[in-house]
Amino acid sequence: MENRRRYNRREFLSNLSLTMLAGLSIPILSSCSKEEAEDFLQKHFREMTEEEKKQVISKLERRYREKYGKPFQISTKEALPDTLWGYGLELSRCIGCRRCVYACVKENNPSRHDPQLQWIRVLRLKRGNLINLEDSEHYYDPDLVPEKGFVYLPVQCQQCQNPPCVKVCPVHATWQEPDGIVVVDYNWCIGCRYCIAACPYKGRVFNWADPNIPPEEVNPVVHYLGNRPRMKSSVEKCTFCIQRVREGRYPACVEACPTGTRKFGNLLDPRSEIRYIIEHKRVFRLKEDLNTESKFYYFFES
Amino acid sequence: MEPLREIARETWHFYRKTLILVVKGSTLYYLWCLLLLLTVLTGFLAYLKQHDVGLIATNMTDQVSWGLYIANFTYLVGAAAAAVLLVIPAYVYHFKPIKEIVVLGELFAASSITMAVLFVMVDLGRLDRFWHMLPVVGLMNFPQSLLAWDVIALNGYLILNLFIPIYLLVKFYYRKEPNWKFILPFILLSIPWAVGIHTVTAFLYNGLPARPFWNASILAPRFLASAFCSGPAIIIIIFQIIRRVSKIKLEDEALFKIAELIAYAMFLNLFLLASELYKEYYSNTAHIASFKYLFEGLHHHTQLVPWIWAAMAMNVTAFFLFLIPHTRKRIGTLNIGCLLIIVGVWIEKGPGFVIPGFVPDPLGEIYEYIPNLLELMVSLGIWATGLLMFTLLMKVAIPIETGEFNHSTYERNTGGGQYESFASPKTKGKEAFGWAKR
Repeated sequence: MENRRRYNRREFLSNLSLTMLAGLSIPILSSCSKEEAEDFLQKHFREMTEEEKKQVISKLERRYREKYGKPFQISTKEALPDTLWGYGLELSRCIGCRRCVYACVKENNPSRHDPQLQWIRVLRLKRGNLINLEDSEHYYDPDLVPEKGFVYLPVQCQQCQNPPCVKVCPVHATWQEPDGIVVVDYNWCIGCRYCIAACPYKGRVFNWADPNIPPEEVNPVVHYLGNRPRMKSSVEKCTFCIQRVREGRYPACVEACPTGTRKFGNLLDPRSEIRYIIEHKRVFRLKEDLNTESKFYYFFES
Repeated sequence: MEPLREIARETWHFYRKTLILVVKGSTLYYLWCLLLLLTVLTGFLAYLKQHDVGLIATNMTDQVSWGLYIANFTYLVGAAAAAVLLVIPAYVYHFKPIKEIVVLGELFAASSITMAVLFVMVDLGRLDRFWHMLPVVGLMNFPQSLLAWDVIALNGYLILNLFIPIYLLVKFYYRKEPNWKFILPFILLSIPWAVGIHTVTAFLYNGLPARPFWNASILAPRFLASAFCSGPAIIIIIFQIIRRVSKIKLEDEALFKIAELIAYAMFLNLFLLASELYKEYYSNTAHIASFKYLFEGLHHHTQLVPWIWAAMAMNVTAFFLFLIPHTRKRIGTLNIGCLLIIVGVWIEKGPGFVIPGFVPDPLGEIYEYIPNLLELMVSLGIWATGLLMFTLLMKVAIPIETGEFNHSTYERNTGGGQYESFASPKTKGKEAFGWAKR
C-alpha cells in the first residue's frame, strides 16, 4: 500500500512537469512562424557570411516592397580603400534656412511624425556667443532668414574618431567603419539608449514607435547600414549619407545647401577640399575639450 | 530504488508544505497578496501596451531618454547593496541581534535586485533581443561598456544573495550546522560585491563627459552613502512587520543598531552632497546648469525644485532623528525617520538624479519630463512583483528559521534521538540561528 502511494506521487510529479513543459512550449511554438524565428536569431551584420547577407537583403527587399509598394535596392557596399570622410561647415555662410534638414529627411527615410525624427538640428544663437549652447533656440520659425542679431549653428553626428557612443553600447550594435563613419546595425540594437546619453552632440535619435513614412516619400535607394527604413525601438543617426558617399556622391545636405556652407571630402587625400579648408581656414570642432576627435570641422573665412 | 523513493518523497513533503505555507494565511495576508497581485496585473497589462506600440507610450523623448524606470533601477540597486550593511556586523563581528535577521536581509537584497533587473528590462526597447547582451551567445561589449559590467555585477549579486540564504535555510531545514568553511568565502565575497554593484551603477553614469551633472568623481561615494541610508531604512520597517506577523523574535536592539549606522551614512551622504554643491556654486561654470535646474529652476522650468527641497528636508530631519539616541531608540520616531529616508533618498537618487542629467541636453535644450500614467503603472507593478516575491520568500523562510518547518524526520517525531538537543521546542529556533557551535 505504502509503495503504491509513493509510486503515484512520483508519477504525478513527472506528469505534472511534462504537462507544464508542453503547455509552455505550445503557445511559444505556435505563435512563432519560421520567419519570425529567423528574425529573432538573425546574426550581427559583421558576423554574417556573404551568403547570409544576401539572404537577409532579399528578405528585406521583399518586405519593403510589400510595405511601401516599390522595388528597393539595398546596398551593403563596403568602405572605399584609403578614405576617411571629413566634413566642413562654414559658419559665416549659414543662413539658417534648414534646407539641409529637409534634404536629409527626404534622403534618409526617418519617421515623419510620431515620432518626428531629424538627424540635423540647426541652432539659432544670439550674436556674441558660440560655445555656450544653453541660450540656443532649436525651434526658431521666422518668415525670413537670416534674422538680424542671430547666427546659426547646424549640428549633426560629428563622426568622432573617438566615439563615446560606440564605447558604451553594451552589444556592439554601433561601430566605426574603416572610412570613419559610425553606423548602427538596426537589427542588433536592443534599444537601451545608453548611446543617446553618451553623445555630446545629440547626434542620435530613437524610434520611439514604428516609423511613419508615407510610401510616396520613401527613398528606395538605400544602404543596409544607412538609410534603409528602420523599425520600432532602434536608434538611428547621420551616416554622412553612406549610401551616396560610397558611390562617389556628396551627402544630401551638402548638395542641398544654397549658400555653399557645407563641404565634404576625404581627409586622407591631400588634394581634397576638406584638406584645403583645414590647412587654409580657421577651423574648430564642437566640444573639442571632450577629446572625441570629431571629423566635423566648423570654419570661418580666413 | 529505495533512496530514490526517499528523495522523491522528501521533495514532495517539501513542496507540499511550501504550498500550504504560501496558500494559508490570515485575512490580512490574503488582502495583501491580492492587492499585490492586482497591481502586478495592471502593471503587466500596461507593459503589454508599451511593448505593442513602443516606448512612445511613455513620456520619454530624445531629450530626456531615460526616465522613471531608470530612476527606480538606480534606487533599487542601492537598496540591494545595503544588505552588506547587515552582513558585515553579522558575520564579521558576530553582532548577535543582527545575525538573527541577516538571512532575511539577504533575501530582501535578492528581491531588490530582481526589481532592479525588471526595471532595466521594461526600459529596453527590444526585450526580444536581450540575448544579444549575453556573453558567448550574443556580443557583449565587455569590458568597454559599463552596462555590460552591470549585467555581470547584478546577476552575480542576485545569485550570491539567493545562494547564501538558501544554503543556510536548507541546513536549518535539516537541522544541521552549516559548513562554515564552505559558505564563509561566499559571504565574505558578497561584501565587496555589494559595494561593486553600486559602484558599477554609479560609473555607468559617471563615465559620460557629455553629461556634466553625472561626470563628477564624487558620484560613486555619494551613491554608496545614500544606499546605506535607504536600504537599511526599508529593512527596519520590514523587520518590524515580520516580527508582528510571525513567530520570529527580533530585538529592538538590532533595529536601533541599524538606525545608528544609518545616521553615520546619512551624515556622509549630506557631507558629500554639500561638497558637490560648494564646488558647483563657488566655481559657477557653465556646468552648473543641471544643478540650477534641480535646485532653483532653469529659465523658468522649475518642475523638480519642490521635490528636491522636500527630499533635502526629509533627509536632514531623519539625520537628526537618528543622531539623537532618545529619538532613535523610540519606535515611533524611528519609523518616522525611516519613512522620511525611504522617500527622501528615492527622490534624491531616483528622479532627482536621473532627470537633471538630461536637462539641459548637450545642445542646451530644456525638456521637462514627468512620467505618465503608464510609466507609473508599470513601475508600481514591478514594485509589487518584488514585494510579492519577498512576501512569499518570507512565508517559507521564517518557519524554517523558527523551526516550525523542517525535514519530515523531525516532524514524525519518531526516533532521531541525536537531534533531540536541537528539537526542544522553546529554543530550537534560536539555537538554529544563534549558531552557538561556531
